[in-house]
Amino acid sequence: MPAGTANMNDPLPQTHCGACCTSLRNVGVRRGGRTVLAGINLHLHCGELTALIGPNGAGKTTLLRTMLGDLPRTGEILFIPFRADRRQPRIGYVPQRLDTDLISPVTVLDLFCGAMSRWPLWLGHRRGWRAEAARGLARVNAAPLLERRIGELSGGQLQRVLLALALTPLPDVLLLDEPAAGVDRSGLERFFETISELRRKHDLSVLLVSHDLPGVAAVADRMLFLQNGALLREGAPREVLADPRVKTTLGFDRDLRELPVGGGRHYAHGPDDGEEARG
Amino acid sequence: MSLWFCLAGHLPCEWARYDFMQSALLALLLIGPLCALLGCMVVSNQMAFYSEAMGHAALTGIAVGAIAGLADPTGAMVVFGVVMALAITLVRRVSAVSTDTVIGVTMAFAVALGVVLLSRGGGFARYSRYLVGDMLTITRPELARLGLLALAVLGVWLTLFNGLFLVTVNRSLARSRGIRVELAEALFAVLVAVVVSLCIPWVGILVINSLLILPAATARNLARGTPQYYALAVAFSLVAGVAGLVCSFYWDTATGATVVLFSAAFFALSLLARVRRGA
Repeated sequence: MPAGTANMNDPLPQTHCGACCTSLRNVGVRRGGRTVLAGINLHLHCGELTALIGPNGAGKTTLLRTMLGDLPRTGEILFIPFRADRRQPRIGYVPQRLDTDLISPVTVLDLFCGAMSRWPLWLGHRRGWRAEAARGLARVNAAPLLERRIGELSGGQLQRVLLALALTPLPDVLLLDEPAAGVDRSGLERFFETISELRRKHDLSVLLVSHDLPGVAAVADRMLFLQNGALLREGAPREVLADPRVKTTLGFDRDLRELPVGGGRHYAHGPDDGEEARG
Repeated sequence: MSLWFCLAGHLPCEWARYDFMQSALLALLLIGPLCALLGCMVVSNQMAFYSEAMGHAALTGIAVGAIAGLADPTGAMVVFGVVMALAITLVRRVSAVSTDTVIGVTMAFAVALGVVLLSRGGGFARYSRYLVGDMLTITRPELARLGLLALAVLGVWLTLFNGLFLVTVNRSLARSRGIRVELAEALFAVLVAVVVSLCIPWVGILVINSLLILPAATARNLARGTPQYYALAVAFSLVAGVAGLVCSFYWDTATGATVVLFSAAFFALSLLARVRRGA
């Protein structure tokens, strides 16, 4: 779909400017007396999908949380908005997991109502928000999940629900923290394609943390390689993945196709599709 | 309030003829739902141990009040509870020690200090009424105070509930929605401390936490969706409260503990229902 096509469901007008930008200037984070991030400089442009890769403990999640303002930091984070009336950017965030337990009564609808409206959730759902939530879910083909409890969802379903939530209302910047965990190969590819499509359609800046290198390499415009809290390499996915330092650190030295993605750990759970067919 | 006593006097039951039972009934109708509402959030937040610690900390509050020569140690209890709530919140934030340990250590310290101060000169027995609580001695001014507390909690629940809810789901997600997570957490911790401290003279240190946790835990076994969760918890607390009060009248037992026995029975039934449903 061309970027200019208006979608009646979207609360924001579509403006493709290519000028709005999120800049991190010399950002550093110290936690518990240890430097977790240092000297991070990066730009995220709208309509651009940037993948953030690196070994475990490199500081990927810390970088996302810093951008959310969740951690004390040094350096500057600047947002040059595409709408003059918005000083602060709207950030959509897709976490790795939720803190709810399996029997939690929280439903998908609860999540949407709690996040979007000020009407106290414990008093009930307002009809308008139900419709809004349904529209949000439809955007990622998850409309039937509206009344499901969070604990009943498969990994892939939860991931799409959280994406839909992050996109309602449409953000300026979308941050995804390893949304791949617990999802099978084909589900993951579809998920990345969905994100890629959405950022074109809605002109989002996307920063995506993932261990699935072939998956993100296929959709990302740019790739950042983070190690020991520093950005070591930045560029087109093919260039970054060809860097010997990246290859050695992430443990592959031949063709990417043969790479055991994420050590195979993301595929420990059953196939996502079977579960959805039943649901 | 006089309206209440006029109405309660017309209840067609023997126990309702007594003034102290009418007061106790009103107290339970205030304390029950109040604790149920807070308890749901306590359970969702996995803070059951924290609220237990708040109950025990009251012992030190009582001791401080007694040493200061106050006739009514309630004020000292509230102040000490709030100080301890903020201390735990702060230590949790800045230290890497697990929350359980922080709470355990603080509770052990508070209980020991309280017992040492109160037992000086062999006078601990004078304070044992705080361990069990006495619903039947509540006076009208004290009822009015409980009413104000209920209004205050209701006010917070009407204005800030969704933010608190999102924090229990995922802190970073809440942050991305513009919620001041630390403030919300501190506010909730203080609210629990205040409610626990103010309810202890009537309910008792030993069972106050059950009043918070049990209705919520029962509702959690049955509820689908957050509105249902809260509605069921309040309903269970009301039924258990009235049943416990009436039975304690005829059995000549401590009211708070009798209420808790009913709550525990409801919890067992809800667990059974859950198991039979196969969830």
